[in-house]
Amino acid sequence: MRRWEHGWRLVLRMILALAIALFFVFPIYWLASISFKSPEEIFAYPPVWVPAELNVSAYIALFRDGDAWAVWNSLVTAGLSTVIAMILGTLAAYGIVRYRTGGENLTIWIISQRMIPPICVAFPIFLLFVALGLIDTFVGLITLYTAFNLPYVIWMMRGYIQDIPLELEQSALVDGLSRWAVITKVIIPMARGGFFATAVFTFIFAWNDFLFALVLTRSEVVTYPVQVTGYFGSQSTFWSQIGAMSMLGVLPMMVVVATMQRFIVRGMSMGAVKG
Amino acid sequence: MPHRANKLADNPTVLRYALVAPAVFVILLIGLYPLIKLAVTSVQNVTMFGTDTSFHGAVHYARLFGDERLWAALWNTIWFTAIALPIELVLGYLLALLFLHPIPFRRTLIAIILLPTVISPIVAGATWRLMLDQRFGPVNQIIGWIVGRDVEILWTINPSLVWPAVLVAEVWQWTPFMFLILLAALSNMDREQLEAAEVDGAGAWTVFRKIVLPAIMPVVFIAVLIRGLDLFRVFDVIWTMTQGGPGTRTETISIYAYQMAFREFEISYSAAIAFLVIVLLTVAVIWALRRVEVAR
Repeated sequence: MRRWEHGWRLVLRMILALAIALFFVFPIYWLASISFKSPEEIFAYPPVWVPAELNVSAYIALFRDGDAWAVWNSLVTAGLSTVIAMILGTLAAYGIVRYRTGGENLTIWIISQRMIPPICVAFPIFLLFVALGLIDTFVGLITLYTAFNLPYVIWMMRGYIQDIPLELEQSALVDGLSRWAVITKVIIPMARGGFFATAVFTFIFAWNDFLFALVLTRSEVVTYPVQVTGYFGSQSTFWSQIGAMSMLGVLPMMVVVATMQRFIVRGMSMGAVKG
Repeated sequence: MPHRANKLADNPTVLRYALVAPAVFVILLIGLYPLIKLAVTSVQNVTMFGTDTSFHGAVHYARLFGDERLWAALWNTIWFTAIALPIELVLGYLLALLFLHPIPFRRTLIAIILLPTVISPIVAGATWRLMLDQRFGPVNQIIGWIVGRDVEILWTINPSLVWPAVLVAEVWQWTPFMFLILLAALSNMDREQLEAAEVDGAGAWTVFRKIVLPAIMPVVFIAVLIRGLDLFRVFDVIWTMTQGGPGTRTETISIYAYQMAFREFEISYSAAIAFLVIVLLTVAVIWALRRVEVAR
């Protein structure tokens, strides 16, 4: 049963919500329109809001030159590092909450690992990867993103697991479930909304990373943000390629948000069964 | 403990460490070496021209104190964080309130609002550079419609407008993050408790302070901490919009550290800067964590 408010209040809220959505989506529309505009339209004055025709030459160029592979590289690195970080992070968060492993010092140390600005450690990590032969490899980038996302996963999952009543776990243990089954059958379903929200943002953090990908890749596993910046030339900026490459990078994320949203928002309210 | 729970092969002592060990191992793998390397490099004298690995003591640390550009960058960073973070938090909270109750197309609208957060900050910076272009951007065009004449505001060039321009891009990209986290926290709240309070005649402010705030506080705290740390190391969006310019007007600590390491190849000095930043952040965060732990 859905209870909608009635009358002008609902209309007012709807208008406000639409205006806000417009504010957030318009810049992305502008970027998309740039990718379809002809060079004359990009540099027209006053600005052209809707391109006269869909000019896909920038996209054709990206696929012809193989630049579009960068999106696949981003998918593999962000996807696999998210899966690994969610598994290891959830287990660690459970351990920290239920067994108080390492006490307060461990949790503070873990979050301290996320405080370090990437720029500070980019150079030493570069040297480490050279020594290990991990430059320009999937293994290297995935390991790095996993390590950098783990503090986030542990901290978020710690918050969500703390909210789950202990009695639920105890009754599951009484019913004969093993600890592992408690984690997979009680903890994760109970914290499902938080779990998927954390996973989505973990994916986004890895997907968005620019600095490490720039420093640690050469040609084989170049990710999409690095590819985008390649079009900022010192002489001229290739706005149509920037627009097209950006859209190729944004489209998979639109799919992720559209498909995961059911879990993110609805799951959040459903996971809130409090004892 | 009931009997059946005891027969499980769940040794608490083993589990206690086995659950946490893999994560800690991975974090150490990537986290430990760079710190040691930084510490070592910062007391050597490695530059573009020479890899002098002899011990130089604290010369680079001494240099930090007289480096006005460094302190300006640090001040910019603190200032930017202190302004952007409350804006994102408050806007995110208001948005979450707006979308807490069902409205038509709720899911679609939420998905649209989340879009900025999923794009790379590099792309966000490029997008807002396009939006704010003095001639080809729609922002000046819209302002022109409102004031009734053509305007050519130099958003990313005028020293007094360049910070607001960066702030708009930053708030645009990350308010949805706060929104989603707060929406989750609010949705998880006990509805009955809220309704009971409202029936008892508690005012909106009292309900917020006594019921809503305590319930969402753990999640708010983590969200603020994570966004605060991200803001403190802001790099990508400023790099694409202004490269720290005009001059050093929008130089943050990350931009300055990048300039030192990869433009001027002052590897040892940049290692000293990195250490200064890590120490400052560690002190600030431990202080904040202890305060909250005590407050609980």
